[in-house]
Amino acid sequence: MSRMFAIVEREMRKFFRSPTLMIMSLMMPLMQLVIMGNAFGGKIVGARVGVVDYDHGPEAVKLREAFDSIAVNIKTFSTVDYQDEKQVREDVRTGKIDGAVIIPAQYSRRVYSQDAPVIGFVTDNSDQFTSGSLEAEMQLVVTALTTPAIQPRLASSIALQIVELYPYVNYMKFLLPATIALAMYISVMIGGGMLYIDDKARGVHEGYLVTPITKLELVMGMNMAGAIKAALAGVSLTVIGSLMAGLGVIFHPEALAELFCLIVVTSIAFNGMMFLLMVRVDDPLVPRAMFGVLNTLLFYPSGAMYPIAAFPRWLQAIAIVDPFTYCIHGFKAILLKDGGFEAIQFDLLFLFVFGIGTLLIATPLFKRTL
Amino acid sequence: MTAPATISSEPQPAIAVRNIVKRYGSFEAVKGVSFSVAEGEIFGLLGPNGAGKSTLIRMMTTLVPITSGTAVVAGHDVAKDSDAVRRMIGVIPQALTSDPDLTVEENLSIYAKLYSVPKAEREKNILEVLEAVDLVKWRGAQTKTLSGGMRRRLEIARGLVHNPSIFFLDEPTTGLDPVSRIAVWEMLDNLRKTRNLTMLITTHYMEEADKLCDRIAIVDHGTLVALGTPIELKHSVPGANVVEVHFDRETNQWQERLEGLDGVTSVQAESAGFYRVLTSSGSRTTMQLVELAAQLGETLTSLSVQNTSLDDVFVHYTGRQLRDEQVKPAAFTMPPRPGAQP
Repeated sequence: MSRMFAIVEREMRKFFRSPTLMIMSLMMPLMQLVIMGNAFGGKIVGARVGVVDYDHGPEAVKLREAFDSIAVNIKTFSTVDYQDEKQVREDVRTGKIDGAVIIPAQYSRRVYSQDAPVIGFVTDNSDQFTSGSLEAEMQLVVTALTTPAIQPRLASSIALQIVELYPYVNYMKFLLPATIALAMYISVMIGGGMLYIDDKARGVHEGYLVTPITKLELVMGMNMAGAIKAALAGVSLTVIGSLMAGLGVIFHPEALAELFCLIVVTSIAFNGMMFLLMVRVDDPLVPRAMFGVLNTLLFYPSGAMYPIAAFPRWLQAIAIVDPFTYCIHGFKAILLKDGGFEAIQFDLLFLFVFGIGTLLIATPLFKRTL
Repeated sequence: MTAPATISSEPQPAIAVRNIVKRYGSFEAVKGVSFSVAEGEIFGLLGPNGAGKSTLIRMMTTLVPITSGTAVVAGHDVAKDSDAVRRMIGVIPQALTSDPDLTVEENLSIYAKLYSVPKAEREKNILEVLEAVDLVKWRGAQTKTLSGGMRRRLEIARGLVHNPSIFFLDEPTTGLDPVSRIAVWEMLDNLRKTRNLTMLITTHYMEEADKLCDRIAIVDHGTLVALGTPIELKHSVPGANVVEVHFDRETNQWQERLEGLDGVTSVQAESAGFYRVLTSSGSRTTMQLVELAAQLGETLTSLSVQNTSLDDVFVHYTGRQLRDEQVKPAAFTMPPRPGAQP
């Protein structure tokens, strides 16, 4: 056992002697959290919508007052007056404005006579996010204008009442579980992949192999060191990321214990997987070449960014065996939902079995000789 | 002519290798080599790059499985009882493998733990080996700040931290400047005396083998071509002296004329007009050469007389120089290990 801990000691000393490496392995996920968290999931502000008013009646004025209200309050868009429908369409097409509302002639009369009044909305649907936001805002305006001022005593239409279980989850919070998983993956990729192969190529392993250390002690020592490094990355990112995203769950001891368990089993799973992939590799370029491929293969099918239910079947099959899936599910369950141990027990079981399983396969493949 | 490669008759040699073979697919890197090393002896494996020296040392140190034959190190069969062998040996690989980020002392401490040196002895052992390699004042320095010679000394200290009885050194001075090389030689000689170590050293420096080794085995193309003390090997070559002569022009009769001189045992054409002549009497051959040149009206550009060296021994047994650039391309070359010293 002391020989195993000698390997761990060497790896940890080396790790703490390279603060640049430590910081850089945390920097990429943190940058991703900050940049993607702010870049995605935000609300559209300051879009420009052209208005062509062929009606000029009281209902058209009400519509324009509603637009002005949006422009000064939630600021989703402001309006620009146009005289010509053809010109406004051209300006949407060329990107000068983001959409256009056409108020047809006789609009007010048709509203009063309840003769199926229509207003047109020209939208640039090449940008689905902006067009979707503007459409939603327009729909709200139209709904508000058509709602009778005096509500009937007996409602005839069916209403859907939405109950949100959790406080508003902004994109940075949503992204945090994926960021923690990514930080741990990068730590394993560097520590268990690149440095492992570099050490092998530099002859460090040759130095180990001439000592009486057993194969199991060597494998366990290297993997324990790798798992500790990944766990340190996981703990650091969980704390820093939660503070940045404004999640107070890390101050709850029970959630903290759950997070720690999840970080530990994730570290074992990621490290076991990496060791299995690298156990027979000698070329230092291989882990570097694999970095991006593995990242795409494991990260995106995991449900980190998009729901797994939206994937085609073959991608869902990858998600089922992907340890990222369970890691991210677990972090979401604790950080975003405070779901308790029950919500993560299957994730913990899968990750633990996956980690031990990959180690059991990799150990016989590890060569005790050159 | 191949010198006899026999097992020593001395009782219980520190290392006994019998008909050892290593095959990589169809390529035979080591072809049935046998030798033994007595306790306390410094034994040299001499040969050019690709000769099979490192493969031999790796088989003896349990790093590479033996295809056939046996190797017994410190009384333990390498193939059957490799763990016991590992406990008895110290190994200095060709590459500098101490961790550059760790301090000198940390590197030694990690290896002491890998060899399960008890905690009570660890500090004492580390201090002793640091003193032996003269690195005490550098014990707290990060390895990456040390010079090449100091790093090599650290490697040697690392191999000694568990007090092995047999020490394997794979090209211990490769990449070192001449001053550092001599310092390492002196240190190894001193270690042998103070610790009663048996050492097996591979090298392609003839001077190193000549100065350090009690006995030398010359290996070429995976075969042991000569074995003996440096003096025995030199005496085994016909001719006590080497005369190097350079004529200002080449004629096709020079070889024949030189072979006809008294005492000459062999003549080697090195380049146009340049010959190495092995002779039993350097002075007599030199005089005859000068007379011959005068008779023929030829000019001698240079003329030198030397005693027989290991270089001549190697040339005699293998028919080629022991210089890397003159090594014939082998049918199969092991790829160089990344990080290994050139």
